[in-house]
Amino acid sequence: MTLTPRELVMGPEAWPESDETMIINLGPQHPSTHGVLRVVLELEGETVLRAKPVIGYLHTGMEKTGEQLTYVQGSTNVTRMDYAAPLFNELVYSLAVERLLDIEIPPRATWIRMLMCELNRVASHLLFLATNGMDLGAISMMLYGWRERELVLAFFEKVTGLRMNHNYIRPGGVAADLPPGWQEAVEEICEVVPKGVAEYDEILTENPIWLERTVGIGIITTEEALALGATGPILRSTGMPWDLRKAQPYLAYDQVDFDVIYTENGDTFDRYRIRLNEIAESLKIARQCLERMPDGDYRIQDRKVTPPPRARIDESMEALIHHFKIFTEGFKVPAGETYVAVENPRGELGCYLVSDGSGRPYRMHIRGASFYNLQTLSTMVQNGLVADGIAIISSIDPIMGDVDR
Amino acid sequence: MTDDSTREEMHKDPGVGGAPQDEVAEAVVERVKGAVATDSHGQTVVHIPRESWRDAVRFLKEEQEFTQCSDLTAVDQLLRPDRVVPPGVERERFEVVANFLSHPRNRRIRFICQVPDGGEVASLFELFPGTELPEREVWDLLGVRFAGHPDLVRLLLPDDWEGHPLRKDDAPARVPVQFKEAQAPR
Repeated sequence: MTLTPRELVMGPEAWPESDETMIINLGPQHPSTHGVLRVVLELEGETVLRAKPVIGYLHTGMEKTGEQLTYVQGSTNVTRMDYAAPLFNELVYSLAVERLLDIEIPPRATWIRMLMCELNRVASHLLFLATNGMDLGAISMMLYGWRERELVLAFFEKVTGLRMNHNYIRPGGVAADLPPGWQEAVEEICEVVPKGVAEYDEILTENPIWLERTVGIGIITTEEALALGATGPILRSTGMPWDLRKAQPYLAYDQVDFDVIYTENGDTFDRYRIRLNEIAESLKIARQCLERMPDGDYRIQDRKVTPPPRARIDESMEALIHHFKIFTEGFKVPAGETYVAVENPRGELGCYLVSDGSGRPYRMHIRGASFYNLQTLSTMVQNGLVADGIAIISSIDPIMGDVDR
Repeated sequence: MTDDSTREEMHKDPGVGGAPQDEVAEAVVERVKGAVATDSHGQTVVHIPRESWRDAVRFLKEEQEFTQCSDLTAVDQLLRPDRVVPPGVERERFEVVANFLSHPRNRRIRFICQVPDGGEVASLFELFPGTELPEREVWDLLGVRFAGHPDLVRLLLPDDWEGHPLRKDDAPARVPVQFKEAQAPR
């Protein structure tokens, strides 16, 4: 049965056999709605007839803010959008700026970006596993997920100085070189996290209650997922091995070896399984970054884009001028427009950037993966139970900062 | 914000190049009357006349195997009335921008449509239902209407909000902050 566009998004026009339906609000202040998502449910008993996500509770006008900030300041803004995967936001923004500037960053910067992004993917998927477990009543899972994620966040703190909202990936490269001892830290993550993943596998994948709650729940087909703009694990769970890292490689993903995880059933269990297995693939990439990290500069040595080292400012008049220029008016980007997309833990994260030739973006639009993925909610919960709705919201893994921006 | 020297630089826009070597763009230009193809930093962009916006996207979906509308947004070009556009394109205040992705052919294309202030453009909802929220977002933040959208109401802002904040003439801090408990200024 194929649903019309209207039925996909809004549910059927009418319910002839039901004489009394009830409309209730789920959220925005509900622990299982991942932040401030509000879902208006139309119920017949405990069956969901229609569901409509209502968003905007976390809207802070970040695209407008992006127009006020210089290109240097911009990454502090975008990093706060998808706060569970902040490095990807910085990455997509930086790639867009670099494409407009038409500059090429040094190989070490590329590989550092790749390493950090893959570890961020691990952290984000661990967050998903933790909250997904919590939503379905596996409270111990939440603590386990947090435990391993802590390890990754501690590494981020060591490298970037912050656990979240790093502002580490910037146009022209990254903010700082990897600190001494980073190899051991990555080594430790690559060793400890798979042990944790094996534990989750035992706790959840082999757990009959877990299977009961997730298998066959919230099924979506490839056609529906594509029509609704869904990407990432949701699309891959329907049997479509689509990953931008493989299909349209950016950074150095064409030089590393990894597999695209996909399954056939398109249900909540598959979306859980994909994310669980993607952790191992990300660690595989991280390990390759560890082994093949090139030497060299971690940012482009173009004084028009990168501020000079602090020490040079005392010696060189020109360095002082560049420093002053970059931090007051910022660097100018030639007029033009571009769209750059990367694969973040939730799917395609895009940045549409328009420059008018000044030091600030004329328009900065972020295509949030969660924003588009959220549209699948109505399709997936139709004719399911309210309790399954919770499992489905959780399996979409929406980050409201990315939805509302 | 933009001084004169950068305005001059805008005329030498390196982003707008010649016609691209792209068979999809060629097919669209051939099929859609008034469409102009161009190249922007290696990406294929086709400017579509407003009246054939939906037909052009339908052609893309039904005959060119484009399977997904990756992104739909709009730009308020109020401050750039003299921006560089390919010859044959009439500049208007708003540009509705849609990025399409073809999974079987693994390629992208971008459509741009010029929309005047207060004008409306056909909704893509019937072709790509995933544009439901983005079109509402564009209406909410920029005030571009989409004809045929099933439920074009505000998305991110409260229903009683006035104005469209991403417009260039909608200044930040236009709405004074008033805390509930605080006394109003004298």
